[in-house]
Amino acid sequence: MSIKLEHLNYVYSQGTAYEKKALNDICIEIPHGEFVGIIGHTGSGKSTLIQHLNGLIRATSGELYYNGENIYREGYSMRGLRNEVGLVFQYPEHQLFEIDVMTDVCFGPKNQGLTAEQCKERALEALRLVGLKEKYYNVSPFELSGGQKRRAAIAGVLAMRPKVLVLDEPTAGLDPKGRDDILDQIAYLHRESDITVILVSHSMEDVAKYADRLIVMNRGAVMYNDEPKRVFEHYQELEKVGLAAPQVTYIMHDLAGRGIPVRTDVTTVAEAADEILRAVGS
Amino acid sequence: MVRDITIGQYYPAKSVVHRLDPRVKLVSTLLYLISLFLFRSISGYLVATVFLVTVIRISRVPFSFIVRGLKPVVLLLMITVLFNLFLTRSGDVLFHAWIITITEGGLVTAVYMAVRLIYLIIGSSLMTFTTTPNELTDGIEALLHPLNKIRVPVHEVAMMMSIALRFIPILLEETDKIMKAQIARGADFESGNIIQRAKSMIPILVPLFVSAFRRANDLAMAMEARCYRGGEGRTKMKPLHYKHRDYTAYAIVIIYVIAVFAIGRYLPLHIWIF
Repeated sequence: MSIKLEHLNYVYSQGTAYEKKALNDICIEIPHGEFVGIIGHTGSGKSTLIQHLNGLIRATSGELYYNGENIYREGYSMRGLRNEVGLVFQYPEHQLFEIDVMTDVCFGPKNQGLTAEQCKERALEALRLVGLKEKYYNVSPFELSGGQKRRAAIAGVLAMRPKVLVLDEPTAGLDPKGRDDILDQIAYLHRESDITVILVSHSMEDVAKYADRLIVMNRGAVMYNDEPKRVFEHYQELEKVGLAAPQVTYIMHDLAGRGIPVRTDVTTVAEAADEILRAVGS
Repeated sequence: MVRDITIGQYYPAKSVVHRLDPRVKLVSTLLYLISLFLFRSISGYLVATVFLVTVIRISRVPFSFIVRGLKPVVLLLMITVLFNLFLTRSGDVLFHAWIITITEGGLVTAVYMAVRLIYLIIGSSLMTFTTTPNELTDGIEALLHPLNKIRVPVHEVAMMMSIALRFIPILLEETDKIMKAQIARGADFESGNIIQRAKSMIPILVPLFVSAFRRANDLAMAMEARCYRGGEGRTKMKPLHYKHRDYTAYAIVIIYVIAVFAIGRYLPLHIWIF
C-alpha cells in the first residue's frame, strides 16, 4: 500500500493571469503502515499535495504511484483509489448534510456499494472509534457542537475503511482537550488497524508526538523529510520559514547551552522529563 | 473545477481602461450598447468593430480570455440566429425546401443579430474585466445617487450588490471544496439520469446553503460590531473624482456615438432591409 510521488508539479490556473506554482518537483515515498506528519506554513502546498493522493487534483506533470500502479495511467479507477485513500478535509464538519448523524456517516459506505446492513455496521464502528456518544447517532448533525460535528465528519470517512487515512488539520479550531482526544484516537486507530496515516498540521507539538516521519513543506517544495528528531535539529532553519520546533527542543538546547549534559534530540515532554532527570541524577 | 467561469470576472492588468473612473465605464458601456441599435448598415458595423477592437487592445485583456466569456451564451446566440434565419420573410428567397425557407432578409438579419449580440456581450464583459466589483458598485451608487431624493435606498442597494459580488468567488471556492469532500466520500455527480443527478446535488447544496447562511450571519455581526448603520452620513475612504483622462474618455465615446450614428445612417455603404 505504498504511495510514491515522482517529480510531481502542480500549477494553479495555468495559462491565466492567476497562474501560481503550488507544488515544485515533489519526490516522496510513503511506505505502508507509516504515520507521517506533513508540516508547513499556510500556503506551503500541504493541502494541494494531499489532494493529489486520492486523485482529486491531477498533477500538471510528474507521476504518482499507489501500490506500484501509476494512477495517471489511462483507465485507472479513481473510484477504486478513493475507496482506499480516505481524505478528511480541513473543517470536515462543513460537508455534513444528511438528516441525522447515522445517515451521514453511511453516505461513504453506501457509495461503495455496500448493503444497508453493512453500512450501518461500519457506521457504528466508525462512530465508536471517534468517541461520539450513542445518544447523538439519530440527531441532526447541525444540532451538534463543533467538536461533535468534527467527530461525526471524521467518522464519515473512517466508515469507508480506508487503507490510507489522510487528515488535513483535523484539530484546527478545537480546544486542547478536543485536539488531544482526536489525535489520540487517530493514533489508536493507526496502532490497531494497520493503516497508513498522513497527518497535515502546522503544530509541531501535535505531529512530534505521533509521527514516525516528518515532511516539512516550504513554498511548494519538500524542505525536510526525516524522523522528527532529525528534523527538529534544524530548528533555526525552521524558524526562518515561519515554523518552529516543539518547545521542549528549545528548552533542551538552552539547558545544553548552560552546560547541563542533556540530549537535545528529544521531541515530547515526557521524553524531555526523563532526559532531564537522567542528566540531573547522574 | 468551477473556477473556469470568466463572465463577470475581473482581469487584473495595467491599462488606461482599468484606471478610468467606474462611472465613465458604466456610462460608456451603456452608450455603446445603445449605439449598437442606431444603425443597420455595414459601415456602422465597421465603425463599431473598430471602436471595440481598439478599446480591447488598449485594455490589455487577452482576446482569448474575452472569447472564453462568450461560451456560456452560445446557446442563446444559436437560438436567436436560427429564429431570425428561418422566420424572417423579406427579400429574395435563397433556399426553399419543405417548410424551410431562407430569404435574403432573414440571412442578413440573422448575421446582424449575431454580431450585435456578440458585441453586446463583449462590450459589457469588457467593463467587468477592467473594473473591480467594488469600483463597479461605487460607480453605480454614485450614478444612482439622485434617486435618493425619491427615497430609493441607493446606498443599501449598492452595499447589497457589492456583498453579493464579493461572495461569488467565496461561494465558488466553497462549492469546489464541498464537491471534493463528497467526491472523496465516493459521491458521483456525473452518471445517472436527470433525477439521479439532481438528487446527487443534495450533498453539495445542503452544506453550501448552511455555509452561506453562516457567512451571512457572521458578516452581519461583524458589520454591526463596527457600527455600520446604513448610508446616512457615511463617507468614503476613496471617493470618486473625475480626472483629465475621464473627460477625454467621455469625449471619445460621445464622438464615437455621433460618428456611428452619422456614418451608419448617411454613408452609401449600406444595405437597407425594409
